[in-house]
Amino acid sequence: MPVITYRQALNDALAEELTRDENVVIMGEEVAEYNGAYKITEGLWEKFGSKRVVDTPISEAGFLGLGVGAAMLGLRPVMELMFWSFAYVAFDQIINNAGCVRYMSGGLINLPLVIRGPANGGTNVGATHSHTPENFLANTPGLKVVCPATPYDAKGLMKAAIRDNDPVCFMENTLLYGDSGEVPEGEYVIPIGLADVKRGGSDVSLIAHGRAVLTALAAARRLEDEFNISAEVVDLRSIRPLDEETILDSVRKTHRAVLVDENKPFCGVSSQIATLIQEQAFDDLDAPVGRVCSLDAPAIYSPPLEELQLPTVDRVITKVLAVC
Amino acid sequence: MPVVTMPKLSDTMVEGTLVKWRKAKGDAIEVGDILAEIETDKATMEMEAFDEGRLTDLFVPEGAVIRVGDKIAMILGEGETAGEAQAEAAAAPEKKKKADADARKPVDHPVKAPAPKAHGSATPAGSRVKASPLARKIAAARGVNLSAVAGTGPGGRIVKRDVDKAPSGGGGPSVSAIPAIRAARGIAGEEKSIALTGMRKTIAERLLASKTQIPHFYLSVAMDGGPLMALRRELNAMAEKDGGQKLTVNDFILLAAARAAAQVPKINAAYDGDAIIEYGDVNLAVAVAIEDGLITPVIRKANTLSLPEISMQMKDLAAKARGKKLKPEEYQGGTITLSSLGGFGIDDFLPIINPPQSFILGIGTITKQPVVNDHEQIVVGHRLVVSASGDHRVIDGAVAAEYMNTLRGLIEKPALLLL
Repeated sequence: MPVITYRQALNDALAEELTRDENVVIMGEEVAEYNGAYKITEGLWEKFGSKRVVDTPISEAGFLGLGVGAAMLGLRPVMELMFWSFAYVAFDQIINNAGCVRYMSGGLINLPLVIRGPANGGTNVGATHSHTPENFLANTPGLKVVCPATPYDAKGLMKAAIRDNDPVCFMENTLLYGDSGEVPEGEYVIPIGLADVKRGGSDVSLIAHGRAVLTALAAARRLEDEFNISAEVVDLRSIRPLDEETILDSVRKTHRAVLVDENKPFCGVSSQIATLIQEQAFDDLDAPVGRVCSLDAPAIYSPPLEELQLPTVDRVITKVLAVC
Repeated sequence: MPVVTMPKLSDTMVEGTLVKWRKAKGDAIEVGDILAEIETDKATMEMEAFDEGRLTDLFVPEGAVIRVGDKIAMILGEGETAGEAQAEAAAAPEKKKKADADARKPVDHPVKAPAPKAHGSATPAGSRVKASPLARKIAAARGVNLSAVAGTGPGGRIVKRDVDKAPSGGGGPSVSAIPAIRAARGIAGEEKSIALTGMRKTIAERLLASKTQIPHFYLSVAMDGGPLMALRRELNAMAEKDGGQKLTVNDFILLAAARAAAQVPKINAAYDGDAIIEYGDVNLAVAVAIEDGLITPVIRKANTLSLPEISMQMKDLAAKARGKKLKPEEYQGGTITLSSLGGFGIDDFLPIINPPQSFILGIGTITKQPVVNDHEQIVVGHRLVVSASGDHRVIDGAVAAEYMNTLRGLIEKPALLLL
C-alpha cells in the first residue's frame, strides 16, 4: 500500500472530489495561485482552474459568508482557513448562518459546506494562532466536527465531509501535515461519526482525537514495555457526531479511562467524554476517569514551555499509573 | 462570635427544627438568654445565647429544619457591623467544616461499639468503604462484604482485583448490598404518607443496627409476684396514712434489676471491637413511650438508690420525657435497659437490645395464675414473666441465667430492696 503524507492525503481527497462533482469548489486565502499557505491545495488551481479554486481577500467573515451563500444555492464549497484561530472573526457566519440555517428553514435548506484548516498548538506561533476550537464548535447543534489523526483518516473523512449535506468543521494539524502513513490507492470514504480503535488493550482505555491520538499511542507502547500495562487507544476521529458506543465498549472492557485531549481542560471535549462514561458506564469503572489536557492557559509562546503545555507522553503515563 | 449557628444539642444530632423563636429581631440579648426552642432527634430544648448584644437578624423561620452549624441568627455587639461579623464567620470555615463532619459521624453513645474488626487493613467500622463502582457491583453480585476487604488501589480504594481475591459468600451479602425494604404502594385504599420525625428515624436506624449487628439471645423466667404485690400494698397503705409517696410495681422491679446488675457485673458491659468494656456504675435506661415514639431516660447509679429515690427519679424523668424536655445527660450513658409493657397488659415479650448496650429486660404484667406451692397444692398465685435479650458476644447464657436468678431472688423477697 502506498505511503503518503497527511498533506498529500488531503490533496488527493480534494482532487478526487473536484473531479467527481462539478459543484465542488475550493475557496480561501492563497489557495489557488500560491498553492495554499500549507500546500494542501498544491496543483489544484493549475489542474481545475480559477472557477473551481478561488483566492479570496483576507476577510474570513466575508469569504465564509460567501461559502455559506454558495452552499445554500447548491454548490459544495470547501473553505480553507489559514488557521482555525482565524475563524473567530466569522463566528456569525459559521454558527448563526451555517450552523442554524437548516433548522431555521424548517429543513428546507441544506448546507453542504466544509470549513477546513489547521487547529493546533505546539508550533510556537503564539496564543492567537494556536486555538483548538473543536469543543466549542461541537457545542453548536447543526455543526459537525471531525479531527483526523492519520493520513488514512484524513483522506477518507475529507471525502465524507465534502459529500455531507451539513456543514462540517474539518480540523487538521500543521504538525501532522508532514506525517506519513499507508493510504490505499482506490476510492474509500470513512463515515463521519465512527471512532476507531487504533490499538487494542485490556487494562486502560486511552481516548483521544487529533494529534493526541499519536501521543496516546506512544504512551501505550511505553506502558506496555516499561510497566506491563496494556492500553487500548480509541481515536474519536469525529467529535460530533460522537461514537458513544465505541467509547463505552472500550471502557466496559478495560474498566479504566484516561482521556488525552489537546483542548484546554475547562469544558474541553474530554469533559464531554468523561460525562458520557460516568453516566453510561459508572458500574464498569474500577477507577475515576482521568484526563490529560493542555495546561489551562493561553498557548505559551516559549517553545520549551509550550511543549510541556500540550499533553506529553510522560503526563499520560503518570496519569495512567495513578488509576491502574 | 456574633453569628449564631444551629448548635449540636445531642450526640446524634445532625439537624434541628427551630420550633419557636423566644426573642424577636431587635431585642437586646444577655448571655444566657433563651433565644429559641430547638427540636432535636431526641427532645425539644432551649437554646441559650453565648454572646450579648442586639439580635439584628433571624435567618430562619419557625418550623425550619436546619443542619448543625448552619447560621440561624446574628447578634451584634455595640458598634459592630454585620460585615465584620460575617468576615469573622468566613474566617472560620474550617471550624464549621469540622462541625459538619462531626455531625455526620454515626457515633451514638459515649461508648463506641463498632462492628467486628476484620484482618489486614480492611476498612475500620463506621467509616465509608472506598471501593470503585465496578468493585461494588462485583461484590454485590458475589456477596462479598467490602468492609472486610483490604483495598490495593490508589488511596486504598478497593478495586476489582481485590474483590476477585476476596472470599465469596462467607459472611453473606453486606447489609448495604441488600436493598432497603420499602412499603408496597397503592394496594389498600387511600394512603397517608407520614413523614419520619427525627425520633422515628433514630429509632429505625438504631434498632436496625442492633438487630443486624448484635447476635441476640433470649431467656425468660416466670417469677412469683405475690410477695412484691403484698409488700407494695403494705407500704402504700402506710404512705396513704402519713401522706408519703406511693410506689409502683415498676419501682420495685427497677431497683431489683439495677441491684442484680451490680451483683452480676458481667451483664453490665458492652462490646468494643477488640475488648469488652465492663462498667463501674449501673446506669439504668428505662424505655418510656411518648407521643409518636419512645425514649430511654437514664437513672444513674441506680443500684445505689433507695426505693423512694428511684421512684422519685423515675417519675421525674418520665414526666420530662413526655414533655420532650429531657436534657442530653438525662438520656445518654445508659449501661443496661429495662422496658416494661406490664402496664399495657402484655404477659411477656422479647425486646431488642438498645445499642451499644448488651442487655435489655422485658417486663410483663403480673397475672393471677394457678401455681403449685411448696406444699404441692395448686393455689392462686401471682406470676411475673421477666425476659431478657443479651448480646452473645459479651454475655453467655450461664451468666445471663445467673443474673436472672439473682433478680428473681430480689423480686421474690422484695424486703431485701428496703435494706
